[in-house]
Amino acid sequence: MSRLVPFFGFMLLVALFGFGIWWNTQHDQREVPSPLINKPAPAFVLPKLDDPTQTVSREALMGKPYLINVFASWCIACGEEHPVLMTQGKSIGVPIIGYNYKDAADDAKAWLAKHGDPYDMVIVDQEGRTAIDFGVYGAPESFLVDGKGVIRYKRIGPLTPEAIEKELKPAIAALAKEQP
Amino acid sequence: MIRPFSFSVGAHPVGDNQTKRRTWRRAQSALPQVLFALLFLIAGLAFAQAIEPLPFKDHAQEVRFQNLTRELRCLVCQNENLADSNADLARDLRHEVFEQMQAGKSDDEIKQYLVDRYSDFVLYDPPVKTSTLLLWFGPLVILLAGAAVVVVTIRRRSRVAPVNTVDDKAADEGDDW
Repeated sequence: MSRLVPFFGFMLLVALFGFGIWWNTQHDQREVPSPLINKPAPAFVLPKLDDPTQTVSREALMGKPYLINVFASWCIACGEEHPVLMTQGKSIGVPIIGYNYKDAADDAKAWLAKHGDPYDMVIVDQEGRTAIDFGVYGAPESFLVDGKGVIRYKRIGPLTPEAIEKELKPAIAALAKEQP
Repeated sequence: MIRPFSFSVGAHPVGDNQTKRRTWRRAQSALPQVLFALLFLIAGLAFAQAIEPLPFKDHAQEVRFQNLTRELRCLVCQNENLADSNADLARDLRHEVFEQMQAGKSDDEIKQYLVDRYSDFVLYDPPVKTSTLLLWFGPLVILLAGAAVVVVTIRRRSRVAPVNTVDDKAADEGDDW
């Protein structure tokens, strides 16, 4: 019997190895969970893309939940996400605010003109300073902010139809229940 | 010494093989040196690209900056630290660290600033917390478990050995792994 012990030890290692592979296919290893979930969104004042003289602040957006979608014309994954926002953006029931991240205004405008504009409003963070406060480390990223200005959900990477159905919509439905 | 040399043969009279050969030999002997110098030049360029010059107050502050950014992880290329990373975000974060340093913030305050936004993931040295207990003490537990197995095995063998010293076959049974 004790002769089989090394074999069992080996099988245990094989099982551990297999679990490691499975685990890594189930999770995005690059994903860093945001510590900002259920914390107030950082204060920001950012200009609008279509009229840079106008600015939008966190306070101005208070009262109703909204989705901030970080995008840029240089971002390839944003191009993958874009058609999803175009077809399903209106169905989620909250306004989508485009957050143009480290992009040239002309490039962003041309990109939206070419692919369509799924956003209710687009704000610009060319320097990326406010994005640091939001803990943005790539694009696309999406933040669901509730009426009190608290971040409730964050999606790192493109919003897929699956993510919208399974994560975003339930999160929005939960918000609707809270509010009288 | 590296002498200036030219690969152009046209400068020498045609047929003057000796001159040609001498020139080539000189070039040959200088070539490794030039390549060597070039290597340093290229390495220097790569370094200069990764870390743009920042106006530090003094050398001590520069050393502090280097040490701090080396302990912080770049979120874009996640196996690189902020000091080495060439990613756009890493550059922004280096500037942020630099500016906070100028503003008189301590290393811990700057780290906390980044942890608040990007979680403990930015720290190459993870803090001891309930969620990191396994990470910190797991290896120690495995080591102790291994030591326990060794101790138990040795005790068992020493208990069995005196009785069966003559009967080699019986003593061998069961502990040949």
